[in-house]
Order: sequence, then structure tokens, then C-alpha cells
Amino acid sequence: MTTPRNFPGEPDVSPELAREFGLADDEWDRVLSTLSRKPSYAELGVISVMWSEHCSYKSSRVHLSRLPTEGPQVVQGPGENAGAVDIGDGFCAVFKMESHNHPSYIEPYQGAATGVGGILRDVFTMGARPVASLNSLRFGRADHPKTPRLLKGVVAGIGGYGNCIGVPTVGGEVQFDASYDGNILVNAFTVGIAKTDELFFGRAEGIGNPIIYVGAKTGRDGIHGATMASAEFGEETDSKLPTVQVGDPFMEKLLLEACLEIFATDCLSGVQDMGAAGLTSSSVEMAARAGNGIELDLDAIPRRTRALSPYEMLLSESQERMLMVAKRGREHEVFDICAKWDLDASIVGRVTASSRFICKATPGYDPFDDAPSKPDPVVVVDLPVDLLTDCAPKYDRPQEPRSETATVVTMTDDAPSNLGAEIVRLIGSPNIGSRSWIWRQYDHIVRDGTVVRPGDGDAAVVRVFCQDADGTREKFLAVSADCNGRHVELDPFFGAAMAVAECTRNVVCVGAKPLGLTDCLNFGNPEVPEQMWRFAQAIDGLAAACTALGAPVVSGNVSFYNETDGKSILPTPTVAVVGQLEDPAHRLGLGFLNEGDVIVHLGRASRGVLGGSEWLVQTMGSVTGAPVGIDLDAEAALQHAMLELAQRQLVESAHDISDGGIAMCLAEACIANGHGARVSLPAGGDAPAHALLFGEEPSRIIVSLPSGNVDEALSVCERLGVPFEALGEVTGDTLAIEGVCEVAVEALAHAHASALDAIVGDQPGESC
Amino acid sequence: MRVAVVQFPGSNADWDALHAVRDVLGADAWYAFHKETSFGEADAVLIPGGFSYGDYLRAGAIARFSPIVSAIREFADRGGPILGICNGFQVLTEMGLLPGALTRNAHLRFECRDIFVRVENEGPFTDMGQGQVLRLPIAHADGRYQCSSETLGQLNANDQVAFRYCTRRGDAPEGSPANPNGAVDDIAGVYNRDKNVLGMMPHPERASEAILGNDDGLRLFQSLRRHLGAE
Repeated sequence: MTTPRNFPGEPDVSPELAREFGLADDEWDRVLSTLSRKPSYAELGVISVMWSEHCSYKSSRVHLSRLPTEGPQVVQGPGENAGAVDIGDGFCAVFKMESHNHPSYIEPYQGAATGVGGILRDVFTMGARPVASLNSLRFGRADHPKTPRLLKGVVAGIGGYGNCIGVPTVGGEVQFDASYDGNILVNAFTVGIAKTDELFFGRAEGIGNPIIYVGAKTGRDGIHGATMASAEFGEETDSKLPTVQVGDPFMEKLLLEACLEIFATDCLSGVQDMGAAGLTSSSVEMAARAGNGIELDLDAIPRRTRALSPYEMLLSESQERMLMVAKRGREHEVFDICAKWDLDASIVGRVTASSRFICKATPGYDPFDDAPSKPDPVVVVDLPVDLLTDCAPKYDRPQEPRSETATVVTMTDDAPSNLGAEIVRLIGSPNIGSRSWIWRQYDHIVRDGTVVRPGDGDAAVVRVFCQDADGTREKFLAVSADCNGRHVELDPFFGAAMAVAECTRNVVCVGAKPLGLTDCLNFGNPEVPEQMWRFAQAIDGLAAACTALGAPVVSGNVSFYNETDGKSILPTPTVAVVGQLEDPAHRLGLGFLNEGDVIVHLGRASRGVLGGSEWLVQTMGSVTGAPVGIDLDAEAALQHAMLELAQRQLVESAHDISDGGIAMCLAEACIANGHGARVSLPAGGDAPAHALLFGEEPSRIIVSLPSGNVDEALSVCERLGVPFEALGEVTGDTLAIEGVCEVAVEALAHAHASALDAIVGDQPGESC
Repeated sequence: MRVAVVQFPGSNADWDALHAVRDVLGADAWYAFHKETSFGEADAVLIPGGFSYGDYLRAGAIARFSPIVSAIREFADRGGPILGICNGFQVLTEMGLLPGALTRNAHLRFECRDIFVRVENEGPFTDMGQGQVLRLPIAHADGRYQCSSETLGQLNANDQVAFRYCTRRGDAPEGSPANPNGAVDDIAGVYNRDKNVLGMMPHPERASEAILGNDDGLRLFQSLRRHLGAE
């Protein structure tokens, strides 16, 4: 075996250089003892990126194993490019969510755009056609000087990519909070459809099979992006601009169509996109999953710039690239289809039996030279595959519960005098009001499938066309993404459970049964014991809720080091749920539909706990108060009842109570279709009115239904043990809350529509 | 009725168009790939929305060099009905089959929402009659129709304006967001002089089924079917 060597001009590898590349001192010692030699420069790059938090999950792996990942509907659990759940008739829904937080803060348009591109590739790599995307966004406080530029850039970037490739962006969520001032969150979710027995996996199977590089050429963009994403931000953030990748959605559209066409020929044995850590992680992960080795000929890598070194080719995160393992002798089928779509394709290596990751390249060789020298490659990387995967560092980092105790706020002192004005103010605030400025910049209807559009229901509903030899079947999926980091901050276990509960609740509120969940766990520095404790607690909360509510985790992503200058974001374990409707006639919007319908509160009445609520944060200026908690048995019963009411078509609308409490829930249900309501607050509790109005205790839904259906709906709820209380009726053009206030729906609608104006400027409305 | 749906690299509402005319209307419809030089024996051609060639250079500017374009031009010259939707409209103006150009929306953002248009003149796709108001979705960043005042005069004189943006009640927008992109004279769609080629920014193919909450768009395709005598 030849010892891998540096390319001319590459610096000598030293402990200092290793530290600069992000390796801890004990990790460096481990490299030396495993290899019994010093790594080459390219090898150090490969090891540091594969051992980065982003790629290795070294701080989270011990905890992630506690999440429930099984269920009869689970087709593919965590570990592949995306997870999959069965949707019947031999088809499955393939989905995942991923973060692109750090790049989006540095360069919002490209950071967000490539986040969308990356998650789309994760899904179509599995052989699925993407059918819908969501995003979950967090920005700093609305009046922070950087917020307008970041919001505009991120939204334009998500739209720019998703609109061009033609996958509808059907919804999402956004929150503004001071904790994200220096570290925004951009989490992107995509779901696709595949035939279950035709899923593709990221495995380098078949010794001797050729490895084919397809798609965009390699440049210097994004080198060490994964390492950048595994460190905190400081004052030097702007100097990290070159680590951000640049997206080309047109290239990705070609890649998508070519891939689906190639997959249909069955000439591949494995495929993986080149995402974080590019060529390195895609080849190493494919080799690891199959228990094989890979040998790459770096001289053959298609490139768009001169004089690329092995280190740069291995670590580049240039976008829109795939690595395919073809069945030997069928390479030409890949080349033919790539030619049809005008895509580069090149054999760059082969699968070996060695269980090693070997790369060769010729010093001084550059295909761009007028007369390139003849390739005479030397070994630049020769590492055991498992050193980079299973044997990568894994830590059970120390934990320490949060030190300060939650402030208990005295409610009576700050009770507002004019509750009607307070409701109008709150519905017009950036965290509660209309998001239409955002989703109008997304093509949310392409592919003719969006049957519940953004803003119309608690979740979006898309019709998907499942085509096989028997023809085309229409199926209906509901998707939602949720998390409220404020409740997680006050109690990481219950807060994380609330995120799952809200997300599954949103899905049942549009009439769908939840099938599975993907997570995107955004936290601070895991080396800080208090942050690690938050993470571990949140995992347990997610696990408890996923088990109770029947939503196994099938894929996910962890993003640590969301801190700037030592200040952490709110712990934000975002989740997205995919559900399925038995029949499109079961779908429900959130808005009141018919004058005279009865308005009913499902679930236990509020105790008036304001902890973590939007109202309290606005009033106190910080996230505070006693945590609201959640009773998962009550939540499960509520969701069963809601689903049965929808499936038996007993109700006309459903909207869950979440941000801003019952007051915002009722206001939104009025605004949606311009109906008024006359209601009283649910009975019970001696809390002051404002606490009952704005508290965000979970497990509550407001439905409206014809009076003729009340008895039957009541009996469903009684059978399932769910409190059912009629509050009033849909009527008039005001929201009238007995003994509290009466507000014109028009005033509510106006405030709601202009909620983001303070950030994005006065925008023309859509009313004609 | 036989309909070819042209696929350029980057077309992304090709499925929407095929689905509307084939699965909803019941026509015989197929995709015609841009590298072909013929689209088969079609009675009508649809050029769908999307981002042909990534909208690089200018929306629709590169597509006009595709091999299929000569077949489209020949079909147009023979009087065959052609409908270009959104990016398809942009391609038709770049090909010179329709006058004017589509530029960036006045507010500079991509915008996706329902708008209203008023039928201004009858033609193969608009036999529902002048003054009818349709609700249709838009989804574009470059939809602001522009042309010289001379061209505008000709469009009006020759009854070539197919649709104008309007309010829900059919009134002129008069500076309101009812004109979503700042198009000159509120123009949402235009015919060529012979009125066999129509380009429009709104998406009738995305509003052709009750389950989508709107089937106003189907009326264009029903009009086409009547025009072709294929009822």
C-alpha cells in the first residue's frame, strides 16, 4: 500500500492545522492511533468533515436512538436519504426536513435556495417525485435592523428555487423572536411519492460496479460548509461567505427528470446526492451502507474551474450533483438519458471489496490545460470507511438542568383594560397575523394538486397522482410543520411534546390521519451542559408524544451550534407530519362557513396559564411564565374525536388553539371567510379574561357545525371522553365575546392582513 | 380533439396542462419534447408554464431556438390554435408570434394568487362572450405585459386583447392590485392578428376542476373544443 501523499503546494498536516479544521485534540490523537501515520492534507479534510457534528451526529446519536421509529405504516425509517410511509396500493410518501440555518444567515437568498434544493434531492434520490414543500422559518425580533433583509432574502430564495423546479410550496410557519437575532432558522421539508417496491437506496452495491457522477460540474463553492455549520457564529461571520453554495434550480429540474427516468430503467444499484460534504460523504456513506469500499479517480471529476486540488474536489459542496452506482454493463443507459437532458455524466470510480475509501489524482493534471498532461495518478486518500462512519466519534455529553427557575407572573397586575383593542393589536402582530406576503411569493398550486391552500386550513392538503400499470389513482396528503420554541424554552420535555401534538392536531383538523413525522432539531452548543440537557429532554418529549399520537419518526436532522457570541437560540425542535385523507370530501378549512352554524370548543377548558404565550412575551418583553404542559392522553383522545368528526362529515370547519390562544383562533376563523361570531368563553376557571383569551394551553380545537349535527358530534366526543362545549354561533359581522368585547371582523381582517407591513413595508393587498 | 403539450427543459406546468385537457376535458393529449421536430397530428398546441431554460437571459428567450419551434411556427402559419400559458406566453412573444413583451412585475416579486379577468374579445379560446368575468390563478415574476403605444393601438383596433385584469365585479382595476403586475392597459392575454394564437399570464389549466375550488379555466378548453368542432 502506498502512503497517501499531499499534492504540491498543500501544507503539511499538523496538530494545529487539525484544530483549525475543527478536530478536537483527542480526535486528532484518535486519527493518529487508528492510521498509525499522519493523514495527508486531503485525508485531514475528509476526516474533519465526516467527523463534523453536521455529518457525524456525534453529540446526538446516543439520544436519537430513543425516538420511536416503527409502525405498520413505516416503509423506511431513519438512516436513508429520507423516510417513507405507506399510503396504500403499493405507493409510499417519502419525506424529510433539513436545516440550512448558518448559510441562510450569511447569504439569505442562496442559503435558503440551496436548502430547498438539498431537501428536494434527498427526496428524489429515493426514487420519489417531489409533490409538496413546506418551510419553517425563525427570524430575530421584528424591529431588529437585519430582520427585513433576512426575511426578504430567505423568502425570495425559497420561492426562487421551488417555483422554478415546479414543486408547490404549500405552507409552513414563521416566528420572530429576539433569540434568533444573530442566528436565523431555515428548515425545509419536502414530500414525494414513489412506488414502494421501486424505492432507491444510497448503497454502493456490487463489487466492480461503476460509479457515475451526474449533474453540475464541481467548483470551489461551499468547501467546508458542513464544518461551518458545526460551529458557533462570532464576529467573523461575514468572512464565511465563501462557504455558502450557489443554487441552480434549472439544473436541478433537469437532474430530477433525468434521475426519475434513469431509475425507471432499473439500471442502477444505488444512488445518493452530493449534499453536505459533497463527494466525500456521498461516496463514503454509500460504501458504508453496503459494507463495501469505493475507489475514486479524481482526474475524471467534471469541473468548472481550473487547478482544483483533491482536497477541493472532495470537499466542494457545489449543488445539483448526484453519485450513481450503475449495474456493470448498463452504464450507457445512464449516459443516454443524461444526454437527453443535456447533463454531464462521467464514470469517476468503482465499488471495491476493500472497505476502504481510496482516491487517486495526478499532480499537475488539469483537463483545462491546452495540452493536459497524461494522467499518472497517485493515492491521495486511503482511509477505512468505518473510521469515517460507524467509528466516528460519539459523545454522551454532560448535561445540567436549566439553572434559573421560570418566573411566575402575577396576572392581575397587568390585565389590559380594553380587551377588544388588545385582540386587534395581537391579530395584527408579526407572530400572529397573515403570512400571505410570504406564501404569495411561492408557487403553491403548480402540479394541479393543492386542494387546501396556505392560510385556508390548519394544514395544507395536496392531491397526488399515483400512476402504475393499472392507471392513475388520486390520493390526498396533509402536511404541516410546527414548533414553538418558547414553550420548549420553559419546559423542553413538554414543549417538544407540544410541537408534535400541534403538528398532528393540525393534520387531523384538515381531516387526515397522521402517518409519520420528520424532525429538524435546532439547538445551541451541545458542549454546554445546559444546552445538552435541553436537547436530551426534548428528545424524550418528542418520543413520548410521537408514541402517544401514532406518528413514528422516519427521518430527521440535527442542527447544533445555533449560537452567536455565546447566546443561544430558543431550543427549536421543529417537526413536520404527513397524514392522509381517506376521502377528499373529509377535508376542512379553518374558517367559519355558514351563518347560523354552532361554534363548539373541543377539549378541556383553559386554566388561564399564560406561560410562553405571544401575549405575555409582548407584554413582558421576554419568554417567561409557568410552562403550560400537555396531557398526551387527552390530546390523543381529542385527535381521535376530531378525525372521526371530519370523516363522518359532521363539522364544517376546524381550527386548533395555538399561538395567541382562543382569541386568535376565533378571530382567524372569522377572518377567513368574513363571518362574524357570537360566543361565550368556555366555562370554568376563575382566571382573568385576558388569561383565558390569550393562554396557549394545548389540546383544544374550535369547530363549527350545523345545529342538526350537534347531537351526533356530541355523542362521538362523549364516547371518546373529549369535553364538548357549545360556545355560540356564526352570525353577523363582528366577533362578539360575551362579557369581554365586540370587534368588527373587518377591523380584525385589516389588522391581520397588514401584520408584516412593519417589516416588509406597506404591500398592496389582494382584495379586488 | 388531439392536443400536443410542448415540453421545454424547465417547463413545469406541463403536467397541469396535460391533466386539464386529457384527464378533465377528455381530449387525446401527449407531451412533445423540445428536441423533436414534430409534435404529431395535433389539432391544437399548448405551451405550458414553467421556467424554460431556467429563464436565463430572459424568460422564454432561449426556448425559441429549440428544434420543436419550427413545427410550432409552421402550425401557427397554417392557422392551428396555439395557447401559451405564463412561460408559454413569454415564449410566444420571444418567437415573435405575439406582439409585445413580458417584463418583471412592477412590485418585483413573484406572485401567486387568484385574480379576475374580463373576456375582451372572442376567439377560439374565448367564445364565452365579451364581458364575462373569470377567476383564475397567476404564478409569475415576469408577467407585466408591455408594448409600444403603436402596438397597443393595433391590438385594440384589431380586437386582439383577449383578457384584461379586472375587479371581482368586472370593473377596471384603476391602479388597484386587481392588476397584479402593472401590465399596460391591464392586459392579461392577447391574440395574434389572425386570432389563432393566444398568450396569457393566468393559468386556466390550474382552475379546471371543482376539487381545486374553481373550474372557470375549463371554459377556455371547452371553447377550443367547440371551435374545433370536436364536441
